[in-house]
Amino acid sequence: MTGYLLEIGQALLALLLAPGLVGFIRWLKARLQGRRGAMPWQPYYDLRKLFGKEVVMSKNASWLFRFAPYVIFATAVAVTLLVPLVAAPLPFDAVGDLLAVVYLLLLGTFFLALAGLDPGTAFGGMGASREVTVAAIAEPTIALAIFGLAVGAGSTNLGRIVAQTLSNPGAVINPGHLLGFTALFVVMIAETGRLPVDNPSTHLELTMIHEAMILEYSGRYLALIEWAAALKLLIFFSLLSNLFLPWGVATTLTPGALGVAVIALVVKLAALAVIVALLETRIAKLRLFRVPELLGVSFVLALLSVTSSFLLR
Amino acid sequence: MMTLFIVMISAYAAGAPGALLIGRGAFGRGVAALGACAGSAAGLAFGMSAIVSGRSFTLVSAWGLPGVDLMTRLDGLSAFFLIIIGLLGLAVAVYGYGYSVSYERRYSLRMLGAMLNTLLLSLSLLVVADNALTFLISWELMSLSAYWLVLTEHDGAETVRAGVWYIAMTHAGFVALVAMFLLMSGGDLTTSFAGMRANAAVLSPASRNAVFLLALFGYGSKAGIVPLHVWLPMAHPVAPSHVSALMSGVVIKTGIYGLVRVALDLLGGGPVWWGGVVLGVGAVSALLGVLYALMEHDLKRLLAYHSVENIGIILIGVGAGMIFHGYGLMTLAALGFVGGLYHTLNHATFKGLLFLGAGSVLHATHTRNMEEMGGLIKRMPVTALCFLIGAAAISALPPLNGFASEWIVFQSLLEGFNIPKPEVAMIMPIAVGMLALTGGLAVACFVKAFGVTFLAIPRSQEAEHAKEAPLSMRAGMALLALACVALGLAPFAVVPVMGGMLAGLGRLPDTRMDFTLGLSLASPNGFAKMSPALVAAGLLILLCLTPLVMLLLRVNRKLRVSDSWGCGRIGQTPRMEYTATAFAEPLRRVFAELYRPAKELTIDFHPESKYFVQSIEYRSEITPWFEKYLYDPCLWFVRLLAATVRRLQSGSLSAYLVYGAVTLLILLLIARM
Repeated sequence: MTGYLLEIGQALLALLLAPGLVGFIRWLKARLQGRRGAMPWQPYYDLRKLFGKEVVMSKNASWLFRFAPYVIFATAVAVTLLVPLVAAPLPFDAVGDLLAVVYLLLLGTFFLALAGLDPGTAFGGMGASREVTVAAIAEPTIALAIFGLAVGAGSTNLGRIVAQTLSNPGAVINPGHLLGFTALFVVMIAETGRLPVDNPSTHLELTMIHEAMILEYSGRYLALIEWAAALKLLIFFSLLSNLFLPWGVATTLTPGALGVAVIALVVKLAALAVIVALLETRIAKLRLFRVPELLGVSFVLALLSVTSSFLLR
Repeated sequence: MMTLFIVMISAYAAGAPGALLIGRGAFGRGVAALGACAGSAAGLAFGMSAIVSGRSFTLVSAWGLPGVDLMTRLDGLSAFFLIIIGLLGLAVAVYGYGYSVSYERRYSLRMLGAMLNTLLLSLSLLVVADNALTFLISWELMSLSAYWLVLTEHDGAETVRAGVWYIAMTHAGFVALVAMFLLMSGGDLTTSFAGMRANAAVLSPASRNAVFLLALFGYGSKAGIVPLHVWLPMAHPVAPSHVSALMSGVVIKTGIYGLVRVALDLLGGGPVWWGGVVLGVGAVSALLGVLYALMEHDLKRLLAYHSVENIGIILIGVGAGMIFHGYGLMTLAALGFVGGLYHTLNHATFKGLLFLGAGSVLHATHTRNMEEMGGLIKRMPVTALCFLIGAAAISALPPLNGFASEWIVFQSLLEGFNIPKPEVAMIMPIAVGMLALTGGLAVACFVKAFGVTFLAIPRSQEAEHAKEAPLSMRAGMALLALACVALGLAPFAVVPVMGGMLAGLGRLPDTRMDFTLGLSLASPNGFAKMSPALVAAGLLILLCLTPLVMLLLRVNRKLRVSDSWGCGRIGQTPRMEYTATAFAEPLRRVFAELYRPAKELTIDFHPESKYFVQSIEYRSEITPWFEKYLYDPCLWFVRLLAATVRRLQSGSLSAYLVYGAVTLLILLLIARM
């Protein structure tokens, strides 16, 4: 029973932290660029404002446009129930493994892209087309990173991977692990629409991907989609940190261990946020047709990671 | 049990002449549909009861036809394919009743109904055949009836061309199959499969390899593996849509049936490289299939290319199974075969569904060109919902059936680290990468297919005035849509049964116990667990909970319908929408090395100023590698031969008389020897 309560608590924690994470990166970027920037908790105000506004919907849009935000939000929340954020292994570990996590997120992308096409504007179509292109090319790297982790842990279930790394800390510095981390980091950037793949703070048609798709959304629907996007960022951050550096994750369900786990999670998320903010201030956005090259590099890294796991087993 | 078999055979056998005699009108269509329905339902029930009981039956062993030794027997594998045929046959027959209305007084309904029943009959006989003769007769009957069905709309040049390609390719495969069976049976085609199994054990390795390669070619040409796939995207789109569903869903799967039957059952498995070849062919077919599908704007051709892709995914599973089998890792081998065969069943349901959906669209808009569609979700809501379910299923999205089987195929590849030789084991991660890329591109392709066809503003008058499909067509689609959901939610029920069904084929153990674990689907030795039913339940709860919480928190629920944002421009026309070509453009550029697109742009300027454009014509084509570099030389060679032989045709009667006399003489001499 404690396990199930913890699952729900974990999902609520993720829902609570996600907007703050996005706000923190924005604030840090502003500081690094010499601007004052909005405070890290600005996204919470934004969400409240959006939930209070009426929805303006295109007259060309169908029921799918109204249904999609709920699917996108539900898939993101469902994934937070499967990913070990603070404790492992949890009872829902047998419900979905890493492959299920990836395909659940893909389900969200599928509906988001369809919703982009639904109002029939050129922007939506452009965003949808680019989003699915990037998602498709990122897919092999994710699969191979899963392969690498699974070979090491003897399972694709997230709890087992975390437990295995915890019991064998030396594995963290082997080359397969490090290459896998780098590959998944690149994919994280592509999947969550950060620089240099997509620019989350632009509204210029030449550059935007995610923003172009959701241009027709407003009010509560936009709030759900923004929240889901923030959740997706948090999910990828915690996958990166907890699968590759699982220290701090509670293996016993005592209040003390859980407290440490929450603090460790926040620290790890903040550390990754600092890396992403630094990266985003240092590099410019890539041309869309250079993105496959970046993802190609990450694929090669992932392949090397699997190869070395095979040879060093 | 026997009763069901006899009902099945006689329903098809009665449906065919019935349709031929009565033909036109609601009654004629009804007779054809009724025969097919009754036969399919009996076949479905027969297959289900046989597979659940887990026994095999010798069906009618002597058919009492003089001079023809037909033998039939039903085991787990046959029962499984009977289920596929029955399920799809049922949906197609119901759908066909409504769909063929538009053929009244235009094309021959007699032939359509008769050949549909014949096709189903031959398919059912094919999978229960127990000797080469029965198998080959059913195979040829299947090929010929499918040929007639492809030629239903016989007045189009495209149709005739497709028919010629189809019949040529299928007969090239047939020759290979005859050679294969002759090699395996030692020259006597009436040898039972049990006899062949004994024969195969004593064959030399070289002959066994030859048998395998002939099987791969013969069955591959039917299944549509790359590079033998060229006929498939031509023939499937031009057939009536319910026939396309049957061809893509079932007919090409007979290639998979044959390959598993021969390589695993009759030959009892083989060296590891067999599996490697099958896996490689599968991976290449999957990736090239989806890449070519992306560039298609003909809805049915797009679906046909996806059949090539999915045959590839099935063969990846089967190939992985064969590799494990070669190393004696029997439980893992069973996992690979189960993955491949489960995907066979799933592909039959969702591809059947998608072709039926495409048929409804074609029925309503009279075009297969996606660029002239759009907005159909409002005009054809049931078709749109069914097509959406099919699109999500084929994109392997949870919790539908495509995800369940692709998950198993993935798991069987991930277990590749158990292979003792690292250089062989390294094939697996590469296959994982290719399978994942295929999956990602399939998502992209179906966003395009569904988005451009059903969403946004209609792009033509036909799409603007489209009407929802009639009841029978909707019923056919709904049946398959339900099957997609059910097969996706219940792999924990399906997979163990399949484990039991494979037991004994090629020394595979009974893996019924290795897969079950409550609601979860667990791969052998506890490598991974996943429960699609619980994922679906979770999603459903969250989907209901979110609006409820929003209601409780008094979120603003107002909604205003207004224009799309047009950058200040008033009035949005369909010409401003993203087209299918534009949607696929980024991927066309990314894979430009493969496509080698040729572009032709003609701009007609105003004579006064070149800032005013009068018309723009844009044409773009991609290089058809296989047609150009593989088949064109073959065709050239055949034409050369034909031109040489033509000299015999002198046109003089006396020459022909000499030919006749000489031929007779030679035949008599041969007969004497």
